[in-house]
Amino acid sequence: MVTSVFFYLFATILILSALRVITAKNPVHAVLFLVLTFVTSSCLWLMLNVEFLALSLILVYVGAVMVLFLFVVMMLDIDTETIRNGFWKNFPLALLLGLVILTEMVIVLVTKPIVITGSAPPVYPSVSNGIQLGWLMYTEYSYPVELASMVLLLGLVVAVALTLRKTNKNGKYQNISQQVNTESKGRVKMVKMKPVIAKSMVVEEGDSK
Amino acid sequence: MIGINHYLILSAVLFALSVMGIFLNRKNIIVVLMSIELMLLAVNFNFITFSSFLHNLAGQIFVFFTLTVAAAEAAIGLAILIVLFRNLRSINVQDMDSLKG
Repeated sequence: MVTSVFFYLFATILILSALRVITAKNPVHAVLFLVLTFVTSSCLWLMLNVEFLALSLILVYVGAVMVLFLFVVMMLDIDTETIRNGFWKNFPLALLLGLVILTEMVIVLVTKPIVITGSAPPVYPSVSNGIQLGWLMYTEYSYPVELASMVLLLGLVVAVALTLRKTNKNGKYQNISQQVNTESKGRVKMVKMKPVIAKSMVVEEGDSK
Repeated sequence: MIGINHYLILSAVLFALSVMGIFLNRKNIIVVLMSIELMLLAVNFNFITFSSFLHNLAGQIFVFFTLTVAAAEAAIGLAILIVLFRNLRSINVQDMDSLKG
């Protein structure tokens, strides 16, 4: 009973805040409603006993990604009027498409209900979710975890490389037009010269004989 | 009693809303990026629901990787957005036509 009440409460907040994300005039408000969406879905994940991912959703998304969004939205000087020009023009199409997608998904779910042979999630599992996930991550999935760290490193390097300002004279930068227009003459230099035998090599050969 | 179908329908609603968001705000590239994050959240919701009801942790591991990729994607997307804004002084999608596509 309490679970149902909390589920419907969180679901309502989730859907309303997602609706505000896509309809907000000011992008800053949209980002803040997106934060509310993530926090609410984290609460719903907690109700499913998925504690580790619920907390990492708050840490990674709300703490890092959404703050990044907020920084970018506040740094850019956005003209909110011209950018919302096609909003109401696109509204009927968007509503139709959203309803079609939703009906299809609900039809799939309702016509053939999913029967789970196991029970509902245990309320008090013997081992905590974090311990179970950590065990899996460092044994069975250790190689994918390392790959994920490489993806994060790639994101870091790409973000820096894209936004770096080319003001430093000593830095090494790519000049793409120069690279594309390069010819073999600019790369290879042919030099004509007589063969030279180094004196030290001659002496060494004489010694060995 | 809240069953698996409640959670799945909730995530379907979330996914449909985010598709609508891409259509409604297709001039504003920031809101398009946010709608993509919402879509990823809806998909993660499905993974979490099945993982929790089937007592199988593989779904949660997958969500962990999705979170990682989504974080990298958001960082790179926003970096591209900043470079675009520096060059064009606008984030309107219709101004991004220098490739003449």
